[in-house]
Amino acid sequence: MTAPSAARLTLPVSDRDHIQGSPEAAVTLVEYGDYECPHCGRAYPIVEALRQNFGDRLRFVFRNFPLTQVHAHAEMAAEAAEAAGAQGRFWEMHHALFTHQNALDSAHLVQYAGRLRINAAQLGEALAAHTFRDRVREDFMSGVRSGVNGTPTFFINGRRHDGPYDLEALTEAVERV
Amino acid sequence: MSSNTDPAPSAALAPGTVAPDFRLPSTPDQLVSLHEFRGQPVVLVFYPADWSPVCGDQTALYNELLPEFHRFDAELIGISVDGAWCHLAFAQERKLHFPLLADFEPKGAVARQYGVYRSQDGFCERALFVIDAQGIIRWSYVSPVGVNPGADGILAALEGLPSKEKKK
Repeated sequence: MTAPSAARLTLPVSDRDHIQGSPEAAVTLVEYGDYECPHCGRAYPIVEALRQNFGDRLRFVFRNFPLTQVHAHAEMAAEAAEAAGAQGRFWEMHHALFTHQNALDSAHLVQYAGRLRINAAQLGEALAAHTFRDRVREDFMSGVRSGVNGTPTFFINGRRHDGPYDLEALTEAVERV
Repeated sequence: MSSNTDPAPSAALAPGTVAPDFRLPSTPDQLVSLHEFRGQPVVLVFYPADWSPVCGDQTALYNELLPEFHRFDAELIGISVDGAWCHLAFAQERKLHFPLLADFEPKGAVARQYGVYRSQDGFCERALFVIDAQGIIRWSYVSPVGVNPGADGILAALEGLPSKEKKK
């Protein structure tokens, strides 16, 4: 009987990713998350605090892992973030989604696009046509192959972070690198 | 069907073993047999109980991955000692799109045949088996009960099956 390989990020961070922070950062934190998942919602301010505290030492990458059968709006929200990303506003939409987890239906998604001053009609069309569905699926499958079993799952320099993900635990894990 | 007089194996059945056939309820009025799936790979997922937190995450993940398993023409089947009515409520509440079989009477009989029954607890291990189209176990894995084993091992095992079993 063979145990599954130790959980490592199988898809390296690259130009395909949404990255916040310095390319020179010593530590890369990758999160696989779902915009409708309450645990991910609670992790959002923790990640923001980490980014603030570590400054140029940390860069952050977010990848989609929507559990679409559990969270009815998660797929659409993920596609909306990608659609906003195509207009250069991924992180602004990411913030809007995690701070409005109870209002993720398509009418609200288009409304957030309007507030972010991106082309809301274009975003609405991308949602209707599922332009970014393959991209979201690619994120999801890369997570499955890396040992993401639920959300949120974090990787620190390519190694899965198991255990608590409160500010203290993640700070310690980043400092240990 | 392997004989019920065989002593139960003490560890999970290993690759190369013929998967013991079984016939268990999938709903209060339907029975499912393993041999019905001969000709296609089967992913057998033993889990301790409906409703327990890790099982919830694990089944949600597999539910999401059904299209991936179907690319290999594979059927995913869950098994626990919960009764058919319990499975029905669990599957409805979690919108699960794969069968959950009730290893309920005699309790844990199939889990025992596969070597994954925890008699001290009265439920089965969190164990995965990938069975090929000829009914031979090709991969098995027992996870610690509280740990979600994920799906990467299953997908790797399906990829390792002879390519004629794969669909583009």
